[in-house]
This record gives sequence, structure tokens and C-alpha cells, in this order.
Amino acid sequence: MMQLAVRAEPLLSVDNLVVEYGLGNKTVHAVSGVSLAVARGETLGLVGESGCGKSTLGRAVLQLRRAKSGRVLFDGEDLTAMEGEALRKMRRRVQLIFQDPIASLNPRRRIGDIVAEPLIIAGVKDAAERRRRVHEVLSAVGLDPDLVAGRLPHEFSGGQCQRICIARSLVLNPEFIICDEPVSALDVSIRAQILNLLEEMKARFGLTLLFIAHDLAVVKAVSDRVAVMYLGRLCEVGPSEQLFASPAHPYTDLLLQAIPVPDPDVRPVEGVAIGEPPSPIAPPSGCRFRTRCPRADQRCSAEIPELREVTPGQFAACHHPLA
Amino acid sequence: MSTPLLVIEDVAVDLPTPRGNLRAVDHVDLSLEGGRTLGIVGESGCGKTMLSRAVLQLLPMKAKLTGRVMFEGQDLVRLPSESLRRLRGRDLAVVFQDPMTSLNPVLTIGTQLIETIQEHLELDAPEARKRSIELLAAVGIPAPEQRLAQYPHQCSGGMRQRIAIAIALSCEPKLLIADEPTTALDVTIQAQILDLLAREQRRRHMAMIIITHDLGVVAGRADEVAVMYAGRVVERAPTRGLFKRMHMPYTEALLAAIPKLETAPHTPLPAISGRPPDPTRPLRGCAFAPRCRYATSRCHEAKPGLTSAEMPDHLYACFHPIRMSEGIGA
Repeated sequence: MMQLAVRAEPLLSVDNLVVEYGLGNKTVHAVSGVSLAVARGETLGLVGESGCGKSTLGRAVLQLRRAKSGRVLFDGEDLTAMEGEALRKMRRRVQLIFQDPIASLNPRRRIGDIVAEPLIIAGVKDAAERRRRVHEVLSAVGLDPDLVAGRLPHEFSGGQCQRICIARSLVLNPEFIICDEPVSALDVSIRAQILNLLEEMKARFGLTLLFIAHDLAVVKAVSDRVAVMYLGRLCEVGPSEQLFASPAHPYTDLLLQAIPVPDPDVRPVEGVAIGEPPSPIAPPSGCRFRTRCPRADQRCSAEIPELREVTPGQFAACHHPLA
Repeated sequence: MSTPLLVIEDVAVDLPTPRGNLRAVDHVDLSLEGGRTLGIVGESGCGKTMLSRAVLQLLPMKAKLTGRVMFEGQDLVRLPSESLRRLRGRDLAVVFQDPMTSLNPVLTIGTQLIETIQEHLELDAPEARKRSIELLAAVGIPAPEQRLAQYPHQCSGGMRQRIAIAIALSCEPKLLIADEPTTALDVTIQAQILDLLAREQRRRHMAMIIITHDLGVVAGRADEVAVMYAGRVVERAPTRGLFKRMHMPYTEALLAAIPKLETAPHTPLPAISGRPPDPTRPLRGCAFAPRCRYATSRCHEAKPGLTSAEMPDHLYACFHPIRMSEGIGA
């Protein structure tokens, strides 16, 4: 069932992508030369702490944020070169789910209309056909269409709003969904329901997912492969099990050690984490993690580490990878 | 057993809402000894924050509080506001989730620290300044002298939380209430802040209440854990005992629903179906019964009280406790 290796023809490939923001007369280096590939039917998890560029990368894939350089190939076509109608057409195949489900829904519109909106934009003129699709996706996400379609978003809890957002993202039959922190605003008991739902929807509709989150355990639960970002660069990418069992990049290792484990017999090791990430306005030379890395030396400040295969399928950008 | 520093006795908090009365805290009893850490765990709306506000006497204006909050033998509920004001900040300190709630954006960090110290301790300005620098250094702030002249917006989220902790610790409090102190922070910063709180607590022999939604945060750091659901404490035990043998089905379900690093990808999570009850429409029976896989008709009709069976310090509110030795429990 699980396809771990990327097949010859990935559905999405991001090639040396650079995204920068202007901030006054300064430049924020949000994404600095990231390359990734997602195979059809695969879930790629993308983890990193706030400000690492993971959300910017997600938006740059959809061309909601234009890249400075690099390419985004979706099903063989370069999205960065597309504009207007061509881009709009392509976007029907790629959808986005956000962190805050309540803020993602127009508070003045009824659920049925919110979920039908993408169909109207896509030019589905037949009202009966739209109703049929809305009915179908609302049922798929575990809501009773007859009960919810006429209601307003404020009548629903956060978990239910996220179900509605998922229904809306499915209504155009997309192939690819970018989930940007889809469960981090939800309580633990609701989070599990939504993660299970995403897995179900993926299987039922044959989806490919880019799952962006800061919580490693959440990412592992749904991902075939995981990519770790730090300060705009990719540190490590590999099959989930392998990456979590034997991280090669010291930053992945730090992230794993910093997670509080719900077991009193696992005593928290004090002093694992050092310092804070530097500003993406003036990122360190060489390896961007070197200012917090226990293994850093001269070479790490002089030379940007390339992503290299450390074990089959697992790649790390580090001059001194962990054994 | 020594006299507890804090005793929460039969505390209930009611909030009037347009939809009717909302019982945020439903008759809670808890106690905490000096130097110990109590973790209060629960999901949004379970009443954990309202309970901590009841201890601090910082409830919303319209809230109605009944019960007693005994701190070093005096009832905070009946204490005149002037005495309360002196107690808060000195013996009773708090760190909130968002450090910007407690930091004033238009005052420098130095002004805020020095002001707190001078308000509660009899120190002159140079002494208070010296102490501020020591405190900032103790909470891991590099170049503390320069930080004194800066404003909160010039600091990162992690730095602000360190500063909020420095202010909270500035008068050597006997009790520190940390309300989701790391929820807004990244995981590597969270680890540093939790380390810092643990270290300062040991050094100062301070009692601490950590309020969190994350069982992982309390597992390694609290002596005792109280789990709240729908305004009530539904299970309470020494941390190790609780994690080894949880008796309350809600606690078990909550722990099971957390994705674990050891679990293989694509393993379906044991999710808890449904959601917490509407707090303006209290249920007759156990509030968790509609979501509980062990529930019987009895659970829907009567509210189970907090009781203990095998271990006197392991309390649970359930008619059908799990993981009991044979012959105990219904």
C-alpha cells in the first residue's frame, strides 16, 4: 500500500525554489533553494519550526507567492511560468487547507454555499449537479448534508469547521492537497478524528498530499516520507520510519529530543536545546543551523552543505551527519 | 504530612452567558504542598484556566465563585483587594501562554522588572536594577544589561516568555501558576522554557501549577496530575501512578488519541468520537458518558463522585474504572 520510493515521474516537483520577501529595505530569505518531489499517491510531510519557510513553500507551490527563481512542476507543467486562465485551471487540481478552520470560512455564508463556491468559480452551471457534489463531499467528511448545508459557520465547532474546509477542498475532485497545519488549532481528541479523516479521504479519492506541520508525531502519523526545513533550507528528507529511527541531520535529532513524551519513565533530558533560530533577514553563512549545532566546525561556516544520500532513500544536508 | 500551601475547596465558577448560565468549574477540590508541582490537564473549555483564575482571584467581572481558596491558611476569596494585590506578584505569581498579555508593550523590560521588584520588596533603584540583571541572566537572556533598555517587541517569543518568567520569579513567589506557558512556542524553545521552570523551581523550593492540554508536558515534570473534563476533576493521582494505571476512561482515551513517535505511519489513531458537552446544558450523568465506550445506563443517569479504591491518593470519577485489580470497582 505504501509507496516509499519516489517513482520516475513525480506528480509534484519543486526545483531549486527561492522565495524572498521585501521588508523595508531588507530581504527575508524565506525559502533558499529547496528541491522536493512528491510521487502520485504519496504523502510528503514537511516539518520545521515557525519561520522556517514551510508555509511559504506551500504557497509558492500554488503560486500564491511567486518565486524569485526555481521551478514548480505539477504533472510535468511548470506552474511558475503559468498565468491567468491556465493557472486557474491548474489550481482546480491542487487545493489548500489552512490551520484556522473558522477563519477560513466566510461567517456570513451558509455551509452549502461555501462548499459550492469552487464549483461556481470552475463554471459548473447546473445547480442540481452542484447540489449533488456538495451533498457527496459533506457526507464523505462525516457531516449530514441536510442538517449542515443551511447553517452558518459560527454554529459549528473548530473540528466541524475543519471538516467543512476539507469538504470544500474535495469538491472539485483535486489530485493534490496542501495541508498547512490542518490540526494544530484543534484539541487532542478532535485532532485524531481529523487526521483519520484525511487518511480516509486520501485513500477514497486517490489524493496526493503535502502535509505541513510543526508537530513531528502528527507528521509521522500520516506521511510516507518526511522533509525537515530549517531557516529556509532543507536539512533532511527520507522515509518516515527511517528518518525518525535514525535521523542523520543534527537538527532533526534536536527536534526529536525536544518533544515532551507522555511517559513519566522517560525523564526529560535537560539542556538538549540551545539558543534560538537566527533571523531569516541575515541567515548564517554556510550551514544555517551551525549557530545552534553541537557538531559545527570551520567548514560549516565556510561551505553550504549539499543534500546527500546518507542511507538509501535518506538525504541530509550536513558536513557531519550522525552515524 | 505537612500543611499544604494551597487548598482549593469545593470551588465552583459560574459565568452568565446569553445562552444561560455556564458552569466553568464544577466543585473542584485540589491541594498542593510547597516545592511540589501539580499538572492540570484538559482540553479547551474544560475549566482549567478558569480554575487558575479563581486561585488568582482574576475571574471575569460577572463570574460567580463559591467555595474556598486557602493559601497559607487564609481564604483568598474573602481577602480584601488591597491584601490580594500585595499577595499577587509577591507570593503568588503567574506566567501566561502569551507573554504579551503580561508585558506592557510601551514600557522597557527594565522598567517593568524594576517596578515589580520595588513594588513588593524594599530595595532602592540601583539594588533593584542589579537584581533585574541577575534575574535576566538566570532565565538565560544573553547581554541582560542591554535587554533592560529594550521593549518587548524587540524580543522573540521565547525571549519574551523568559522575561515574563523573570518578572514572575522576581519576588521569590511561593507559588507559580504557569498557564500553558509553552503552547505558543516552538518545540526547541518549549524544551528550554520547561527546563528553566524546573531548574528555578528546584532552586527556590517553589510550588508550581502547570496548566496544559499536553499530557507530554506534565508526564516528566509534575509530581501529581489532575485531569479535568467539563469543569470537573475526573482523575487525580501521583504522575507515575496515573500514567501506569489510569482508571478514568477519558484519561485513557486522551492519551491514546495523541500521535506517538513510535507508531508506524498510517496507523489509524484511536480517536474519541463526538465532542465535549455544551457547558450551558449540563448533563445529568457523567459528562464523558456520551463519548465513552464503557458507558452504561447508570452513567447517563447519575454523576460519579471522585473516589479512590486501591491507592488512597489515586482518585477517579467513574462507575466503571479501568485497570483495577480484580474484585475492586463495579
